[in-house]
Formats: sequence, C-alpha cells, structure tokens
Amino acid sequence: MNTYWSTFKTAAWLGWEMDSNWTEPWLFLVYSVIKPVAGAFILVLMYFVFTKVGNVQSQALFDFMYVGNAFFIFVGTTLFGTFQVIQSDREWYQTIRYVYMSPISFYVYILGRASSKIAVATFAVAITLIFGVLSLNVHLGLSLDAVPLLIGSLALGLFVLLAIGVTLAGCTFLMARHTQGLAEAIPGLFYVFCGVLFPLSILPGWIQPVGRAIPLTYWFDITRRLLLAGTPLDTGLAGYGDAQIMGLLLVSSVVFFLLSLGVFRLGEHLARKAGKIDMLTSY
Amino acid sequence: MSAPTVRRSDLRFRIGLNLRAVLGRAYPRVIGANREPSWIIFEGILPLLGIAAYVFIYQSFGTAALANAADPAAVAQVLANTNALVASVVLGGTMVAFWLNVLWSMASQLYWEKEIGNLQLYMMAPMNRMALLGGMAIGGMFMTSVRAIATLVAGVVVFGVVFQIVDLWLLLAVFFVTLTALYGLGMMFASLYLLWGREAWNLSALMEEPIFFSSGFYFPMGGLFRIPGWGSAVAIAGSIIPAGLGLDAMRQLTLGPTAFGGQLWVFSVPVELELLVLLAVVFLILARYCLAYLETLAKREGKLTSRHQ
Repeated sequence: MNTYWSTFKTAAWLGWEMDSNWTEPWLFLVYSVIKPVAGAFILVLMYFVFTKVGNVQSQALFDFMYVGNAFFIFVGTTLFGTFQVIQSDREWYQTIRYVYMSPISFYVYILGRASSKIAVATFAVAITLIFGVLSLNVHLGLSLDAVPLLIGSLALGLFVLLAIGVTLAGCTFLMARHTQGLAEAIPGLFYVFCGVLFPLSILPGWIQPVGRAIPLTYWFDITRRLLLAGTPLDTGLAGYGDAQIMGLLLVSSVVFFLLSLGVFRLGEHLARKAGKIDMLTSY
Repeated sequence: MSAPTVRRSDLRFRIGLNLRAVLGRAYPRVIGANREPSWIIFEGILPLLGIAAYVFIYQSFGTAALANAADPAAVAQVLANTNALVASVVLGGTMVAFWLNVLWSMASQLYWEKEIGNLQLYMMAPMNRMALLGGMAIGGMFMTSVRAIATLVAGVVVFGVVFQIVDLWLLLAVFFVTLTALYGLGMMFASLYLLWGREAWNLSALMEEPIFFSSGFYFPMGGLFRIPGWGSAVAIAGSIIPAGLGLDAMRQLTLGPTAFGGQLWVFSVPVELELLVLLAVVFLILARYCLAYLETLAKREGKLTSRHQ
C-alpha cells in the first residue's frame, strides 16, 4: 500500500511539474482559466445569436447549458490527463521504458499523473461557475443540505472518469500517435450522448437509450438538480430519484473500475507481445 | 571535378529539387496516414460528435422557440433561422478540422521534428525550407479534407441542413484563399514555435477554444459585433485568424446574404476575399522571414536541435 501511495504522490508531483513549470505560476493560472472560459463564451454567443435572430429567451435553458458545460471541463481534462500519459511518455519524452521497468504500479502512476490535471480542472470549474453567476446571471441555487450529496456525486463522477480514462489508456498502448484525436473525439462522444448541453429529450429517440447507458449522464443530471434546484426543464430523467441516481453512479463506478483493470492489462499484454511498449510513430 | 560532385544551382534544378521536396514531405502525410487506418475513426468520424453537440444546442433553442411560435409565418421563420445556425455550425466544423491541423500538424511540427531528431536532417538537406513546410501543408490539407468532407456530408444527410449556394466559383475562391492564408499562418507559427520551445505545445492548446470563440466557428461572427463594448474588440482580434473572415464569406455564399435578416455579416464577400488575399500574402512573406531568422539562429547558437527546451 505504501508503494502505491508513494507512486501516486510522486506521479502527481511529476504531472504538476510537467504541466506548470514551462511558465510563471500566474501565467499558468491565466492559461488554465482562459480555455474553459472561452469554451463557455462560445455557448454564451450561441445563445445570444439565437435570441437576436429568434427573439426567444429561455434563462432556464441557458443555465442548464452553462452548468453542464462548466462541469464538462472535468470530463475533457480528466480523460485527457489519464489517457495521454502513455503516449506522451512513449513518444514525446521517450521515458516510458524507464518508468515501465521501475518497480511500481503503472496503473497507479497514470492515476497520479492525472490527479494534477484534476486539481487544475477543479479551479477552472469554480472560476467558470463564479463568472457565470456574477457576469451572466446564471441562477445557482445550492442549499446547504445538498452539499454532501454534491461532493459525493462529484467523487463518484471523477472516479468513473478516471476508470474510463485508464480503459482508454490501455487501448493507447497499441495505438499510433492519435492522442490529440482521442482527446477531441472521446469527450465529444459524451458531449452529445450525456445531455451535457441540452436535455436528453432533444436527442432522437433511438439515441436516448445510449445516453441512459452512460453513467456520466446521471452525474450531470444530479449535479444540475442540486445546483439548479427548481429548474423547469424536462431533462428526460425526471423518473429517477436522487438516491437511485447515486446508486447507479456507485454501481457503474465499480463496473468501470473492473473494466479499466481488464482492458489495461490486456492492452499492456498485447503491447508487450508485439514489442510496442516503447514504439515511436511519426508522419 | 566529376559530374556527380558538381553542385548545381541553376533555376531548373532548384525548382525540380524543391518540387520533389514538397512531394517528399507531403507523401508521408498521405501514405503514412493510410498505413494506420485508425486515423479515419479519430479524424473522420469521432470529431463529428463534438459538432453534433453544437447542432443539438441550436435544435434545442429551436424547439423552445417553436413552442412560442403562434402562426405559420413565425414557425417558418424559426425553422429557417435554426437551419441557418445549424449550417453555420457545420461549416464551422469543417474549418475546425483545418485549424486543428494547422495548429497540431503545421505549427507544432518543426518543434515535434526537433524532439524526435529529424530537424537536423531537414536543416542539412539542400532544399528550401519553405518547400518542406509547403509539403507539410499540402499533405495536411489532403488528410484534413477527408474530415471536412465527412462533416459536410453529415451536416446534409444527418442533420438535414439545406445550403443554397449563391456563387460556386466565388465560394471555391474564398475556400482556397482561406486555406492558403491559414496554412501560411501555420508555416509562420512553425518557425516561431521552434523558437519558443516547450511553451509551443501549450500555445497550441490555448489557441483552440479562444479562437473558436473569437473567430466565430460555431456562430456568425457578426454576433460578436452586436455585443456592445468588448464584442467588437474580440471580433477584430479574431479576424486576424483567416478562418473567421473565410467562414463569414462562406456562410454568406452558402446561406444567402439575407440569412439572419442580413444582420450578422461582417463585410460583403468581395471585401472579405480581398482581406483574405492580403492575409495570405502577409503570412507567407512573414513565414519566409521567420524561417530565414530561424536558420540564422541555428547557425549562430548551435542549439536548435537540443531537445526538451
């Protein structure tokens, strides 16, 4: 257990240094905030343009979209922070053979590396939400009683994300230099199917079951229920109680954790067999 | 001196050499990628999902607006506006493909080549470095076109977007001038990124969402000009990236100048085309100067090939 903890701590420190030591701390903070805020502004402008040409306003829809987008920062960052480790160590820094040979759990090493990105994402989510409340009139209505549930759902949501990230990392053992494509594509998958920016009911009927099968859909739903208490929108998951959603999140966390262990080991085994652990790909 | 060892410098030889360099650098982008077919999934299919999300946002706005539309004329207006906005997203999605290619496969490429040890080989080779970057650009454009076409096809087939092309030749002219300007910018960045070292990767990451926002990739750029105060400043800054004006012109040419009541366009198409030509020329000239500066620096300091700096 001590080895795991020590690996995690060292990897987290390494991840933080790799992410942040290319510049001054203040510039790194600005950098960490500009991207998510710009992402939020794209939605603000989309809403603004529609209200201009369509003469329609729906604050509830805007709040729904804004909060979903803010929490989606966790998805992009956590997934990328997890599955990019193998390819960055293998192709960019070319250090994977040394780390891989060392007597540590490579799985825990990846989790540690991702944790620094999660810390930065937490900061970016907080800034985005505060900016929304102060400048864009987003109505957050979190009650004190709901805080433990929000923290619990956040922990489970992040756990699922890490498990999905490690599952993908297992696949990247065998992939060419496609991290950037994955970074764009996989969050895109969740962006559409999990009702992040629009109620699930907007999706065509045959796609909605796909969204319901992804645990992140429930995480986004309960997060918005707690933060936007009393929203009049039909999210498509009104039939589920809070306890049911937390139960679903818990079960899916365990399932995805087991899946991540299996896929990671399989990817590792196949990569070792094919001699691909430290391959370089470039075109 | 025997014939093979004479260093030829006549124009015909140099043109041939540089054309071979262009082809030689474009070749691995096209053929190399095809040897790794998984790129079709990552570059062609999965990115459509991100664009689909933006399409569904406009459709959710449209659904909310339809609930309030009382008469058939209002319903038709909402449907037309929603179609135009979804079409704007689809066109923006095609340009996203090219912009990401410029950032990650043009601008960052020389830095990447340095990291993996190819840069010194390029520096020693006798061709002009512009030919090298030109080959990268042509190969990149070819690869990215697949994703752009996939986005357009998905827009029409899956989302039912209706385009009304006003002037096909002008549209093609705008498209190719926009690409030339974009890749010219990428060629310029390629040299600068090499000088900036490790910050380059972060700079590329920083030029995604903020540029998507300021250049109006997912909404008509004129919307920014309608925001009092900071909106115009952001839009003017975003216009430096050729994709912004290019998209505005292409939207006018595919949706008709009267779309959105004609309120959300920045300039007329001919003016935007002139500005794009200007940007293309400026970026290509700057790219040449930046490369020349880079070569001087390489010779003077001798640390251009030092990795991880």
